[in-house]
Amino acid sequence: MSEAHGAVHHAPTGFLRKYVFSLDHKVIGNQYWWLGLIAVYVGMVLSLYMRFQLAWPGRKMPLVGEVMTPEQYLALVTMHGTIMVFFVLTTVPQSGFGNSILPIQIGAADMAFPVLNMLSFWTTFVSFAVMIAAFFVTAGAPIGGWTVYAPLSALGESAGPGQGMGMNLWIISIFIFCVASLMGALNFIVTTLDLRTKGMSLMRLPLTVWAWFTTAILGLLAFAVLMGACVLLMLDRVGGTSFFIPAGLVVGGKVVNHKGGSPLLWQHLFWFFGHPEVYIAILPGMGIASQVLSTFCRKPIFGYRAMVFAILAIAILSTSVWGHHMFLSGMNPYTGFAFSLLTVAIGVPSAIKTFNWMGTIWRGRVQFTTANLFAIGFVSLFVTGGITGIFLAQPAVDLPLHDTHFVVAHFHLVMGVAAIFGMFAGTFFWFPKMYGRMMNETLGRIHFWITLVGVYCIFFPLHFQGIAGQPRRYYDISAYKFLASMPAVHQFVSISAIITVAAQTLFLINLFWSLAKGRRASMNPWRCTTLEWTVPSPPPHDNFGGPAPEVYRGAYEYSVPGAKEDFILQSEVSAPAHKH
Amino acid sequence: MATDDERPSGSFGSALGFAVIFCGLAAVGTYLVVAKTWWFPESISTIAPAIDAQFDRTMLLSGIIFVLAQVALGLLIFRFRDRGQQATYSHGNTTLEIVWTAATAVIFVGLALAARSAWASLHFLGPDPGSMQIEVTGAQFEWQFRYPGPDGKFGSIDPKRISESAGNPLGLDLNEPAAKDDIVAREIAVPVNRPVELILRTKDVIHNFAVPQLRIKQDSVPGLAIRIHFTANKIGEYEVACMELCGLGHYKMRTTFRVLSDQDFDKWLKDNASK
Repeated sequence: MSEAHGAVHHAPTGFLRKYVFSLDHKVIGNQYWWLGLIAVYVGMVLSLYMRFQLAWPGRKMPLVGEVMTPEQYLALVTMHGTIMVFFVLTTVPQSGFGNSILPIQIGAADMAFPVLNMLSFWTTFVSFAVMIAAFFVTAGAPIGGWTVYAPLSALGESAGPGQGMGMNLWIISIFIFCVASLMGALNFIVTTLDLRTKGMSLMRLPLTVWAWFTTAILGLLAFAVLMGACVLLMLDRVGGTSFFIPAGLVVGGKVVNHKGGSPLLWQHLFWFFGHPEVYIAILPGMGIASQVLSTFCRKPIFGYRAMVFAILAIAILSTSVWGHHMFLSGMNPYTGFAFSLLTVAIGVPSAIKTFNWMGTIWRGRVQFTTANLFAIGFVSLFVTGGITGIFLAQPAVDLPLHDTHFVVAHFHLVMGVAAIFGMFAGTFFWFPKMYGRMMNETLGRIHFWITLVGVYCIFFPLHFQGIAGQPRRYYDISAYKFLASMPAVHQFVSISAIITVAAQTLFLINLFWSLAKGRRASMNPWRCTTLEWTVPSPPPHDNFGGPAPEVYRGAYEYSVPGAKEDFILQSEVSAPAHKH
Repeated sequence: MATDDERPSGSFGSALGFAVIFCGLAAVGTYLVVAKTWWFPESISTIAPAIDAQFDRTMLLSGIIFVLAQVALGLLIFRFRDRGQQATYSHGNTTLEIVWTAATAVIFVGLALAARSAWASLHFLGPDPGSMQIEVTGAQFEWQFRYPGPDGKFGSIDPKRISESAGNPLGLDLNEPAAKDDIVAREIAVPVNRPVELILRTKDVIHNFAVPQLRIKQDSVPGLAIRIHFTANKIGEYEVACMELCGLGHYKMRTTFRVLSDQDFDKWLKDNASK
C-alpha cells in the first residue's frame, strides 16, 4: 500500500516497444495468452495423433501418410504432456490473466518490476522455442513422458531414440522455463504485497488476486526445486555425475559407467515440483470461477473467508503430498500412509470451495453469459475430476489404478479440462477489458455446449478403461487378452476427441471475428464490482490515468438491499450501510 | 436493468441444458458402475478381495458425493436461473461451513484409515514363512524370472558377467554351487495356494511388474531389490504387463503368468531347468 506506485513508466510510441518488448503488464499478459493459444493448438494436434493411434492402430496417419512408430507415439505422449502442463496450464491462467488483471484489480499502475516482467515473458518464449526444436533434431523428441523419470532420461541415446539431443533440449527448455517462472513469481508476490491501493486490505482482495498471489508463492517454491533437478539431470547426462544412476546398470549390452545414484531422488525432486504444479494450474481457475460465478449470480461469493483459507490450506498441503505419486515406486511403504492422509486432507479445502460455489448459486440470479457457462462447467468438472483423487490417494486403491487410464482421466479432468474451462471463462469475461470489444455470445454458447459434452465423452470412459487395467503410454494393446474389450472404448473416445477439437474452431472464429468486428465494450459491461471495471476498455497505459482509486468495500457486493444498482464498485464512496 | 451491452437470452434453455447434462452424467456414471461392463478382471489372489472391497467402499461413498454434487449443481442452476428475481444478499453461513468441512474431513480421512489394512498386509507384514522366492528382473523389453532350484539359494549375480549369447542373461557365476541349480525362465509360473515372495530387480531402467488379476503392481527400480508377496488361488493362464514407461518397447514387455497345480508346477520347473 505504498504511495509510490513504483512501476511508473511512460507510454511507449514505437511498435517494438509497444507490442513486442513492452513493459505494460496488459500487453505482457496478452502475450502470454497468445503464446498459450499457440501452445494449446500444438498440444491438441499431438493428442489427436495419439488418439488416432489408440483407436486405429496400424493405419496410416492422416496428413503424414505413414504408420506411426512406437517412438513417435511416446514422443507425442511426452511433448503433449510437457507443452500442455508448462506452456498452457502454467502460462495462461497465472502469467496470462494474472499479468493482465492483477495490477488493475489491486489498483496499481503496473507490476512492481516491469522490466523483469518483460524478461519473464521473453524467457518463457525462448523456452517454448527450445522445446519445439526438440521435434526437429536427429532421433526426434524425447520419449520419457512429461515426468522424464531417471534413469531412462539420464542414460542418453543408449536408452532409446529421442533420449539424446531431444532430451537435452527438453531439460534446457524446462530450466529456462523455471527461470522465467521464478522471475514472474517474485513479481506477483511483491506486486500484491506492496502495490495495493489505499483501502485494499487483504480481506478485500478479489479471490482472483488471492489465487494468483498464492500460486506465485507455490511457483517460487516449486520451480526452484525443478530447476535444481534439471541441472542435476543434465550433469548426469553430460558431466559424468551419478545423481540418479546407481551402479551396475546394463543398457544396450554394456555396463554403464556410473555408480551411487538413486532413481527415486529424481521422483522426489520432480514431484516436489509436480504436485504444487497441479495447483499452480488450477488455483487461478478457481479464482476466475469464483469471480465469474459471483458476478453472474448477482450475489456475494458464499463464504469469502472460507474461500481464502481454503486457497491457503490447499497451497500449504500441496507442498507435502508429492509422495502419492510414488506409492508403487519402492519408496518406504510406511511413508505411503502419511502421504495418503495428507492427500485426502487436501480434499477438504477442495470440497469447501465446491460447496461455496454452490452456495453462491443458491438464491442467486444465474445469468448465462458464456463466461458463466464455462465457470459452471468448471465446477462440474472439478467435482468429477477431484473426487477420483480420493481413490488415488489411498495406496491400496491406487495399486490397481496406478499408471492406468483412470489416472489419465483424473488429472485431465481436474487440472486439464477444468483449468481450460477456467481459461475460457476468464477469456470471455475479460476480453472486453483487454481488447475493448465484446465476444460473440451466440458463437460462445454453441462452442461451450459442444465442448462440455465433448470433454465428458472423452474423459469419462477413461475411468472405466483404467479400472479394467488399460495402461497409460501404451502404443498398442493388441497382444493383451485382458484388454480385449478396450478397442471399442478407444474408438468412442477418439471420435469424441476429433469432434471436440473441431469445435474449438468456433472459438478461433469468435476470437478473430470479435477482435475485428466485435461490438465496442463499455467500461463495465458485466456490471461487476472490481477495480478493472472502473477504467476504460481497454485501460490506458497506466491503468487509472492518474491517481489510483481508493477502495471502500469488499470485492463482491452484489444485490445489496437499498442500493441503486445490483452491484457496488469497490471504489464507490457512498453506499447504503448494511450488516454482514 | 437493461444496459446497452449484450444481455444473455435463453435463460430457460441454458438452465435446462445444465440440469439435463449434470443429472444425465450422474445417471450414466451410476449405470456404468453398476453394469460393470468395463471393470476389474477376475481376482485370483488372497489379497485381491481386500483391495477390491476398499475400492468398492471408496466407489460407494465418492459415488454418492459425485451424484449428489452433480444433481445439486444442475438443479440449483435450474431453480435460480435469471427470471428477473432479486438475488439474496448474503455472505455465507458459518455453521454450514463448519458442518460441511467436518463432514468431508470425516468421510475422507475415514476412508484413508480404512484403506490401511489392505496396504499393511501387503507391505507391513512380511511374507509367510516358507514362501517360495522368485527373482524378477526387468530389462528393456523383457522379463527374466529366476527360481533358486533345489538348494533354495540364489547364486550371486554380477552385471559384468551378463552375456545373452552365452545364455547367461542375468550374469550368474556358473562355477558357484548356489548358482548352478538356479532356473531362469522368460515366463513366470507359481503353484496355486502357495505363498510367493517376489524379489524385483531391473537391469537398466525402471519397470513395473503388474498382474492385473493378482492386484499386484510394483515398480522395479535400478539399484534396489524390492520384495512383494502374494498367494495366487486360482489355476489359469494370465498376463504380466509393464506399468512404468521404460522406452519404446514398453507396450510389448508382456509375458505369461501361470498359476499351476503343484504337480504341473513341478513339471514346469523341471522343463525349464533342462532348457
